[in-house]
Amino acid sequence: MQSAAVATDLEQKNPLVAGLERLPVRPTALVIFGATGDLAHRKLLPALYNLAHEGALPERFELVGIARRDQEHDDFREMAQQSIERFSRRRPDPKVLEGLLEDMRYVPGAFDDDEVYNELSHCLQQFDERAGQPLNRVFYLSTAPQFFSVIAGKLGAAGLARSENADTRIVIEKPFGYDLASARQLNAQVLEVFDESQVFRIDHYLGKETVQNLMALRFANALFEPVWNRNFIDHVEITAAEDVGIEGRAGYYEGAGALRDLVQNHMMQLLALLTMEPPTSFDADRVRDEKLKVLEAIVPPAVEDVPNMAVRAQYGPGTVGGKRVPSYLEEEGVDPHSRTETYAALRLHVSNWRWADVPFYLRTGKRLARKLTEIAVTLKPVPHLAFQSIGSVGVQPNQIILTVQPDEGVSVTLGAKIPGPTMRIRPVNMEFRYGTSFMSESPEAYERLILDAMRGDATLFTRGDEIEALWGIIDPILTGWHQDTESPIPQYPAGSAGPPEADALLEGDRKWRRL
Amino acid sequence: MAAVVSEDVWSEENTNPDAIEAALRELLRERHAANQALAPARVLNMVVVVDREWKGEIANRLERVGRYHASRTILCAVEEGRDTLDAVAVVSYDEPSGGGIGVMSEQVEIDMGPQHLKGLESIVDPVVMSDLPTVLWSPHGHEEAVEALRDLLDVMLLDSDDLPDAGEGLARAEDELRCLYVVDLAWLRTTPWRERLAASFDPPARRVALASLDGLTIRHQASSTASALLLAGWIASRLGWQIRPLESAGGDGLRGRAYTGGPRYVQIVLEPFEQDVPGLAGVTVAWGEENKLSLDRAQGGLRARECSREQGEKSWLVLGASRGEGGILGEGVRQSHLRDPTYGPALRAAREFCPDAG
Repeated sequence: MQSAAVATDLEQKNPLVAGLERLPVRPTALVIFGATGDLAHRKLLPALYNLAHEGALPERFELVGIARRDQEHDDFREMAQQSIERFSRRRPDPKVLEGLLEDMRYVPGAFDDDEVYNELSHCLQQFDERAGQPLNRVFYLSTAPQFFSVIAGKLGAAGLARSENADTRIVIEKPFGYDLASARQLNAQVLEVFDESQVFRIDHYLGKETVQNLMALRFANALFEPVWNRNFIDHVEITAAEDVGIEGRAGYYEGAGALRDLVQNHMMQLLALLTMEPPTSFDADRVRDEKLKVLEAIVPPAVEDVPNMAVRAQYGPGTVGGKRVPSYLEEEGVDPHSRTETYAALRLHVSNWRWADVPFYLRTGKRLARKLTEIAVTLKPVPHLAFQSIGSVGVQPNQIILTVQPDEGVSVTLGAKIPGPTMRIRPVNMEFRYGTSFMSESPEAYERLILDAMRGDATLFTRGDEIEALWGIIDPILTGWHQDTESPIPQYPAGSAGPPEADALLEGDRKWRRL
Repeated sequence: MAAVVSEDVWSEENTNPDAIEAALRELLRERHAANQALAPARVLNMVVVVDREWKGEIANRLERVGRYHASRTILCAVEEGRDTLDAVAVVSYDEPSGGGIGVMSEQVEIDMGPQHLKGLESIVDPVVMSDLPTVLWSPHGHEEAVEALRDLLDVMLLDSDDLPDAGEGLARAEDELRCLYVVDLAWLRTTPWRERLAASFDPPARRVALASLDGLTIRHQASSTASALLLAGWIASRLGWQIRPLESAGGDGLRGRAYTGGPRYVQIVLEPFEQDVPGLAGVTVAWGEENKLSLDRAQGGLRARECSREQGEKSWLVLGASRGEGGILGEGVRQSHLRDPTYGPALRAAREFCPDAG
């Protein structure tokens, strides 16, 4: 007979997981709402295949797709197979793929139809019976945002928000809300049914290796943290530039615009990770507590101050990659009188001890000169220069550049002596590139995030109070722009670096970095 | 768009390490000058010492490692009767596309004689990239080379399944582990099995069964006894079993017991199983009355079978693609950057299980 002490120890800790890189994931049924949509097609199903290929899925894993399209299980399996074969980052192993597809289920119907949830409930019970144990349940909402609260409510009404002896989680895609009020409302609706600990609000940027590396760079190196404050940092630029237009997504983009599409979520997350205090541990809530604190230190602008700290613009016609492209207003599906911004630039301040008076400049846009996401931290100049720099570009302030895409990595610009008889200085780069230092392909962000959600690790997901803090910063800007129906929206030529009006946000001699 | 792999090649007969190093430097410089979007990879030096006649086979294995490979590979091919060094240096790179960067990696092959091994560090040292971890893989023995290079090394990559006697293979690994970090391919062959066993016993209700295990059977390819011993050693070390040496079952594997507290014991069976690939074929754990969980290699993953008095028999497929021997070697390269704290205890336990350990 085993001793009670040993049994208690084992209940608390699994001695077999020590040293394993891949921690166990409990048996899980994953339900994708919107399973025939673009995200499922391009990202979710290929990510699930790659997890299966690597043996990372739970030992008992069941997948249910739900969407309006009226089709059979086999039709869904065929669609999933095509998605995986087309978009997987590796060529699928036929036997693994067959195993993954074999038991996939499909439930057709409208998201507000009770019958869908009855059928889903029946399906989940069957899985539990077959496994001889209750499976954890993850509901992944990959639908249009207007269905998020509907689905959450229906899951609750069907008794699916909790299950005995197993965990139930809900993953909600972006956008989470349309503004502060709608985000609060959605939070309230979701939290009426689920506890915060069950809710995983996804921002796939947080699943990117380079974004996670921001924390490693800051908190695993003694080199950076001593200068990571107002005493040494002059200003910070965060850029998320895209060279593509709206790619046929006028329906979505007209209602969103650049500020909602990229700034409120991805770019503000980068800002939070860049500026937060070191968490006491990498426990989900400790990290998110620190992010929340720093987001709350960003004072939202008064609506009347918006023109002084934010610039919006639309792309006009221009040339991209040698091809003439139309203006935003000429894109198919776009209202010719649209005031939706395809470019947004902001100046923000983090009002706390560490960052007081350091400006943070954020810019994003479509149809810019190139695709680039980076954070550029510019240090203050040296206080005294002991030598002349005549005949050269001279001593420039050091910059630490964290590139998220493409060519993920970190570079530091340093002043170096140009070889020759005189002391002439020019900036040189010291580079770390993922490609050259790891020579391995990073997993897709969705692979990491799906696994974390199944495991219940919320570190890389946005908490409810955090999402409201994010909207709280953006909301006055949206209001200011919405109220201004008269001023012309600045235009920038497609393929350019953006509108000249954005230059006015930068004080003194500062200039936007070249794209 | 798929990247195009290109190569720049230099070769010289009767050469020396400085010339090889200078040639590599020049190849990199020239290529970077021709295309500034190409940057040299800086991950890991991998020194491989092989018999000349098996050089091709080893080179093929290195080519099949997949995503994970060293940034500079130095293949030392030892040939009886040779008294000069002949070398080929290759810089290979993916032509960058879409405005990204391309990565260059370097491979050096040096043909040498047995008499070069005693001073091999003087040949290899000038050619490795300093400041990068250096891994040695010497699949054909060449102890003299291993000794000569020891001070240069950070990691020893070996395969405890390589030696005909599993006990000797494990003893060699334990010896090396005293001085260096060891990445053991035999251990890496057990990874999916360890992960799955850990997952199977992860739910707290199931986890308590770990304290009442009474049977452990490991099926393995005949040449992979060391892998089987390492898996048994891993479970024993994680669960704190008192180990007794196993006994040979007359050419039919190994049998024995490990004590789990007082008179309670686990019956342990390691049995050879016919299969084409090296490594494990299956594992069965038993506990309580009539509870049994088996995992067996199958197409598309591992076939799990569970028997219990309450639920009868259930079977399902645990998905996962086989990594193959190329993938195992690639994993070995990747593991050179990591440190697995459970290998040492598992290795020591595996040694205690060896029939000659008493």
